[in-house]
Order: sequence, then structure tokens, then C-alpha cells
Amino acid sequence: MHRAKEGGILTLAFSQEPLNLLWLQSGGCGGCTLSLLNADCRNLFDTLKAAGINLLWHPALSEQSADEARKIIDDCASGATRLDILCLEGSVLRGPFGSGGFHRTTGGNSMKSMLERLAHKARYTVAVGSCAAFGGVTSGGSNPTDACGMQYEGDAQGGLLGEDYRAASGLPVVNISGCPTHPNWVVETLASLAAGQMGEDQLDVYRRPRLYADHLVHHGCTRNEFYEFKASAHKPSDLGCLMENLGCKGTQVHADCNIRLWNGEGSCVRGGYACIACTEPGFEEPGHPFGVTPKVAGIPIGLPTDMPKAWFVALASLSKSATPKRVKENAVSDHQVITPVSKRTRLK
Amino acid sequence: MTRRIIGPFNRVEGDLEVTLDIEGGIVRAAYVNSPMYRGFEQILLGKHPLDALVYVPRICGICSVAQSAAAAQALAQGMGLQPPDNGRLAANLTLAAENLADHLSHFYLFFMPDFARDGYRDHAWFADAQARFKSVSGSATNDMLPVRAKFMNVMAYLAGRWPHTLSLQPGGSSRPLEEAEKLRLRMLLNEFRAFLERTLFGDTLEAVAALDSEAVLYAWMQPRARSADFPRFLHIARDLDLQQMGRAADRFMSYGAYRDGASALFPAGVWADGKLQALDITAIREDVSSSWLVGDAALAPDEGRTLPQPDKEDAYSWCKAPRLSGEVVETGALARQMIAGHPLARDLVGRHSASVTARVVARMLELALVIPAMESWLSRIQPGAPFCLPFEELADVRGIGLIEAARGSLGHWMDVRKGKLHNYQIIAPTTWNFSPRDAAGVPGALEQALVGLPAEEGGNAAPLAVQHVVRSFDPCMVCTVH
Repeated sequence: MHRAKEGGILTLAFSQEPLNLLWLQSGGCGGCTLSLLNADCRNLFDTLKAAGINLLWHPALSEQSADEARKIIDDCASGATRLDILCLEGSVLRGPFGSGGFHRTTGGNSMKSMLERLAHKARYTVAVGSCAAFGGVTSGGSNPTDACGMQYEGDAQGGLLGEDYRAASGLPVVNISGCPTHPNWVVETLASLAAGQMGEDQLDVYRRPRLYADHLVHHGCTRNEFYEFKASAHKPSDLGCLMENLGCKGTQVHADCNIRLWNGEGSCVRGGYACIACTEPGFEEPGHPFGVTPKVAGIPIGLPTDMPKAWFVALASLSKSATPKRVKENAVSDHQVITPVSKRTRLK
Repeated sequence: MTRRIIGPFNRVEGDLEVTLDIEGGIVRAAYVNSPMYRGFEQILLGKHPLDALVYVPRICGICSVAQSAAAAQALAQGMGLQPPDNGRLAANLTLAAENLADHLSHFYLFFMPDFARDGYRDHAWFADAQARFKSVSGSATNDMLPVRAKFMNVMAYLAGRWPHTLSLQPGGSSRPLEEAEKLRLRMLLNEFRAFLERTLFGDTLEAVAALDSEAVLYAWMQPRARSADFPRFLHIARDLDLQQMGRAADRFMSYGAYRDGASALFPAGVWADGKLQALDITAIREDVSSSWLVGDAALAPDEGRTLPQPDKEDAYSWCKAPRLSGEVVETGALARQMIAGHPLARDLVGRHSASVTARVVARMLELALVIPAMESWLSRIQPGAPFCLPFEELADVRGIGLIEAARGSLGHWMDVRKGKLHNYQIIAPTTWNFSPRDAAGVPGALEQALVGLPAEEGGNAAPLAVQHVVRSFDPCMVCTVH
């Protein structure tokens, strides 16, 4: 197979045929698959097919079970079937003692060793979700299973495949982080790969597709006015900004959750709870209770990306003193106690 | 005797492997292995109690709200909080939406595609079943996927997103609703009802809920067997005698679903020896004799421990073996409807025992019963009245959360000491249904249900009867071991 030197741009030799996709699950919850079924399209399978993707096997969705399924996977590992896209959902379980024994596949091999074999055949390797990308929740606490991501362990390169790993296309593991992933992050990344448009320049510093990672969760937040005036919520269900007290990291977190939205018109902050940074490596261990903003001298530690602290403090105190009564009172209520006034004259 | 290992078992949530001892074309013994361990009960130790709300939904992508609800209830008990009416109604709506979406996904995506397999080529209904239910390409997938995705848009208003919401809080719901959002929710429920009535049932939900005996069920099915999907299933099921297939212990348990004040839509209880009994949760023990976990004695969940011992002799699963008063119980939609006294569930089980057919019928009944309940809960929500109480810090306290997920009884036992989680034990529905043998050698519910099924000693594919019985429980393996 031709190996592109850089950028992972598809070679013409393959571009006419649909790409064979094999989807496997390991140390995770299956939530990225269930989220994928919420994709904003008429029929997910038609969408993938039209994008040039041939779904070889998916553990939750395909007909083939047991020996039939093993044959599909073994044929990919042996090279008998061309493996274009390997998707892993869930983290890699390396324990106990490096054996991979916390997840054995039928036949006695570990999923860890199967993933290594497959990743060295795949033209593209895709980590679906923060578990597969960075280790995620499964690597939290004492990390009892020695869980890691395909090519990262938290924010450090390495993981199962090591820093130097490149798929046959020349691309490193593509990390569609998120816990879970937004369905359209996955669909668009796969379509982009199939179209030969996903080069390394389309990945950010943690190799997340920039098609969603170039935005901040803060962009499009409906609590914007409360944020401007630092009118903050005090308890769950309050309408105010969640940053000052309730642990919201949306001003720092890379994802477009408030631009493309979830399940139609939703997002975490629209659901009344904090952005807990689920697209970021290491989000599972923030070092503080998730729902409480860590502060020093009353000032949140996690200030907005790009913003000098002194300016933030100055603007915050200024805007707090200028907060309209409406904004101040609504912030600590679960419904608008004061609605915006309507002016009698035409708006200028 | 031949031993066959069947795995990976797909179209179940998570990883599953089943070992069968086959002799004379019949399954003589079955051993169910949950082959993956993540250790959530270890991960949670030392955490701030409220952080459970972040971790536990991520046990499972398909029952994440159920895990949230159990944790929120355990925390609320610890804090001594009674969520306001709006919060309780919103939580019921959120859990019901997940449970019904799961019933729908199970039927169309996980269960029915097996009837489109080549092994059934000679049956009169095969061409119709294949066109309709073939995995990925069947016409039902094309009808059902957009309906499911649209129905899940209720989660935007109730929970922000699905899966993995933080909206279910010990004090209620973090997502207050406005009048306009109530209207949108009502329209989404109406759309979903229309699909169920037109495509799944070929009749009104009320008419389906009123089916009260096996005879009435099959008479109702006849005119619809080629025009609606649940009747299609019943037609196939009768042809294949699925009502005779998959008996487990015939003891059923439910923690009670959708509490509403002092009552519940489906009450808690136990059905054993042909009669309804009270549930005593202090009689629950978890045995680890066949599990790759440290321990000898069966422990009550509030004293339970979870510590891997991968080299343990004679163990064959990461799953524990929960028992109620030392007995195997089955949990799930059929258990809920047996205990709630639905006449159709009682008639089917009374005539044949629990079966593949009865389990599927019970799920379909719940689709018909719960949508009207959701319509009623929604109408009672009052925008402007409180949705959530502030949470309290916990110091030293225990809390228990007992709820019903789509696939059965889910319990969380929480022990907080000095403001941190000192112990957190979870028993999930499929832990009950797919447990390995206990210290007395008694097989779990699925292990019992597989014995006696026809199975070839050789061959490549998993025996179809085995596949039907396994999937009739709608197993969730990621919850099972967690």
C-alpha cells in the first residue's frame, strides 16, 4: 500500500472504492455509538454509504455474531480484507500487569493485542470518544485497569500505539474526543476521511478534528448575557452563568456544543449544568469536585482562554456593578422573574 | 458432549461470551461470561459524593439516565432532600424517554434482525421478515432510526443532551421548562405516539395496553401480521413456538418504576411461586464464587467490595452473582409487568412460564403504557414553580438509590465518610439476569434459560434459539460488570 509521507491525503488508487470500516468497542460504555444513532440525518447507514464508507462490522448494529464476526475481524488483522478505517470506542485496557486481561476476546486473546494488530493494518485509525482518545473516565481514580487511549495517555503522547505510530495513510490516530461524541463530529470526520480531505492540518494540537475543535463551548452559550455581567447561578436550575460557582469550563473547552447543539436544541449548559470539559484530555480528574468552581481569593482559577487575569478581574468587577436588576434577579431564579422591557418607540 | 464457546455476542450492549455444553443436539449446561472489567466501583472511591453524577452515567451509554437517576436518588436520601413536584416529574419523563427509546432500539436494532437470517429461509414469513428487519438494510431500520433520533430530542429540553446528562440532581432537575417548551415536548410525544400506533402496533396505544390474554393477543395479531411490526413478531413467534423458549427461574423482582408521590406507575415487589410478595432489599447478597473478584462470603451490597482477582480458580466471569434471599430472580420489563399485575403478562407466564415471547411482549406493553403516563406527567409540570433544591454537603451518611432501568432493577449503595465516597456498590439489571453460578452452584437466570435449547454440536454460527433467548433479556453488559 502506498504510504503518504505527510498529511495523510488519500492516494488515487483507493479513491474509487468505498472504504472498509471496522468498529470495535473496548473499555467504554457504548455511549458514542448510542449518540451516533442520534445523527441528524434521515438514515445513518445511507449517509455513511453515500459518503463512501462500507461498514464491515459494528458490534451493536451488524447481523454477524460469534464465529461470523470473528472471521470478519481476523480477516482484517491478517490482511485478507482491506482495512481502511479502524474505529475504536472505549479505552484500551492494558491491565492486569500489561496482559490486557481485563478485556479478553473470544479465543483468549486480549482486545489490546487485537487492536495493535489491526492498527498496523489500518489506513486510518480513529479513536471515537475521550476514552479511546485519551483514556477518559475509565482511566479515572486509581485507574484500576491501567486504561489509556490509542495514542495518548491523558495529555501525553504514547498510549497503546506509541508516539511514533502512523496509520498506513501517514496520519496519526484521529482523536474524536468527547464523552460522548456528538454524532455529527463522527459522521463528518468519517466523511472527510473518505473524501481524502483529512490531513494533519485538519487536526488540532491533540489531534482532534478541527471541524469541531476550533470552537469553544462558550461560543453560542445562551447564558451569554449572564456571563457578560457575571450574574451567576448559585444552584442547579438557576438561569445564571455557571462559570463562577458551578464548575463550568465552557470558556476554555474546545468543542462546538453550543453552535451545532445536541438532540435538536440541547447542550450541557442549556441543560442547566456545567461544561465539564469532556472533550479535553484528563477531564475525568479535574482535581476538584466537578460541580464546584475552584477559586483563589474568590477568583476562579480557570479563566477564559486568551484572557489576561488582570483584565478579567477588572472587567468582572466593573460589569458586576453595572448588572441590570433583571439580569441579577433572573440569574438566581429558575424562570425569568423579570422579562426584558419592550420599548414603545422603534428600535434604533 | 461438546463444549462450544459463542462470542463475541453482538447486538447486545457491551461484551458477552456464552459457553455451551451440548449433547444430543441439546444445550445441557450454559456458562455466561462477561469478559470486560472497568472497575467503576474502584474509580469512585475517595471522590466527592456529587461527582458520582459525572461518573456513573458513563458506566453505560444506553442506560446512562438510569444510572444518573439511581445516583441522584442515593444522594437525595443521604441529603434528606425531597425534590419538588416539577423536579420529580421531569426526572420521570427523562428516565421514561430513555427506557422507551431503549425498548424501541432493542426491538428493531438488536432483536428482530435474527429473524432475517438465512437459517429461516424456509419459513413462509421469511421474505417479509428479511425485507423488513434485515440489520442495516431492512426497511424498518430506515423507518425507525429517524423516529428514534427525533424522539430523543425530548432530551434537549429535559436533560440538555443524551447520553450522559447531569440534569438529574439530588434536589430535582437542573433544567426548568417554559410553557413553550412544554408544547414542544408534547408535540414530540405526539409524533412518537403516531409512529408507534401506525408502524409498530397498527392500533392505538390504549388498545394495545388493554390486550389481556394470550388468546386476545393472537386474535388481535391476525389482521395486522403483515402491516405492523409487533404483530409481525407475534406471527413469527407463534410459528417458532418462542413462548416455549427461554424459561429462567420464574421468580421476578422489581424495585418499582416511576414513583409519583407515595405510589409508582409500576410498583415494587417480587413474584414467586405464582404469587405477589413484598420486596425486602435487605435480603440481597452478592456472591463472587464464580467471579474473578476477591471474596468468599456473599455480602450485602452496602458492605460489598469489588477487587479483581484475575487468576481465581473456577471463576469464569467478571460479573457478580446477586441473589435475593439466596434465590435467582429475573428482572426487566416482564418482571415489572408481572408485579404490576398486567393481565397479558400474567396470562403468558401462567400458561408457559417466562419466555422469549413474554419478554418481548412486556417491552411492547410498556411502550403502550408509558407514553400516556408521560403525557400526563408533562401536563402536570408547572413552569414558574421550582424544579430543583440546592444540594447539601454530605459528611458521614449512607444512601440507597433503587430504580428501574429499561432492562430491570438497578441499585446503588453509597457510603460517605468524612465527605468522600468510602464505598459505592452497584447492582445492575443484567448483573441479576446474566450472573454466573453462586457458591451453591446454582446457575444464573440466563444460564438456566439456555438449558434445553436445540443446538448443533458443530457449525459456525451461534444457534438461533440461543441468540433469541440471550437477546430476549435485552442484556446490557457494560452495566453488568461496570
